[in-house]
Amino acid sequence: MVKTLEDLAKIKDKAKATLSARSAEQSTKVVIGMGTCGIAAGAREVMAAILDELGKRNLAAVTVAQTGCVGLCDKEPLVEIIRSGKPKVMYGRINAERARRIVAQDIVNDQIIGEWVVGTKA
Amino acid sequence: MKEISLHILDIVQNSIEAGATRVAIAVTADSQRDLLTVAIADNGRGMPPDMVAKVTDPFVTTRTTRRVGLGLPLLAATARQSGGTLTVASAEGEGTKVSATFGLGNIDRPPLGDMATTLACLLAANPSLELEYRHRAGGREFRFGASEFLGKLDGVSFSSPVVYRVVKEHVDAGIREAQSKGGIAL
Repeated sequence: MVKTLEDLAKIKDKAKATLSARSAEQSTKVVIGMGTCGIAAGAREVMAAILDELGKRNLAAVTVAQTGCVGLCDKEPLVEIIRSGKPKVMYGRINAERARRIVAQDIVNDQIIGEWVVGTKA
Repeated sequence: MKEISLHILDIVQNSIEAGATRVAIAVTADSQRDLLTVAIADNGRGMPPDMVAKVTDPFVTTRTTRRVGLGLPLLAATARQSGGTLTVASAEGEGTKVSATFGLGNIDRPPLGDMATTLACLLAANPSLELEYRHRAGGREFRFGASEFLGKLDGVSFSSPVVYRVVKEHVDAGIREAQSKGGIAL
């Protein structure tokens, strides 16, 4: 728990340092399906895993967002990766472990994990 | 849903969808009345009375991508199976309040679950949401206010993974302390 103002100041400095790195790098957006279908299928744990992994790797250029149901309820949890100048990639039936691999393999190393892709859009 | 905190995450999505900028969540355990109450109040656009009346009907939704809306019906079912109720009050232009009660000691009541991750994820994906959380159990209270928390971290956003982890740890520790001192685990 945050107990003192010094604790908060330290957090602030760390977050600000990563924030300046964010504006310098090329932006990547991760969108997680957070409709009832997504949440029931485990979207919260997927989002938590992605945020945790981004934090560990200090990937401040990546923003995490949510969306509602997109009509692919049986493919939830859905994770979409959006990069400027590249086709959008949507992964389906993702769990926390797969989410961490998406961060490592797709977001960091730019390699699409074909077997989990449910759709791409230019 | 396996946890009440997942229902809460889901119901707050409705608030966000309804354009809410402020959401107040209150979880209250009353062991004397054997009651757990969860209330979610927002300042979204609200609903007309005829929509409120049929909002727990799974075949009613404002969505266009599908024709079923399961969030509130699922919460109603979970509340009822543990001896509780669901009430929805709404006024157009003012907001909506969803209140669910559960039998605190009922064997069919799901655990509250990971409330810290629910709140931290909500803020990470909706960094400007004025989220408030109040947790009361056994005479102990834990409060979390997003705006107040952010005020101390001036210039940074809830979207930062660093802040996400801090929020999660802070809420987790606060709830754990309230529960251990109050003697009621939810």
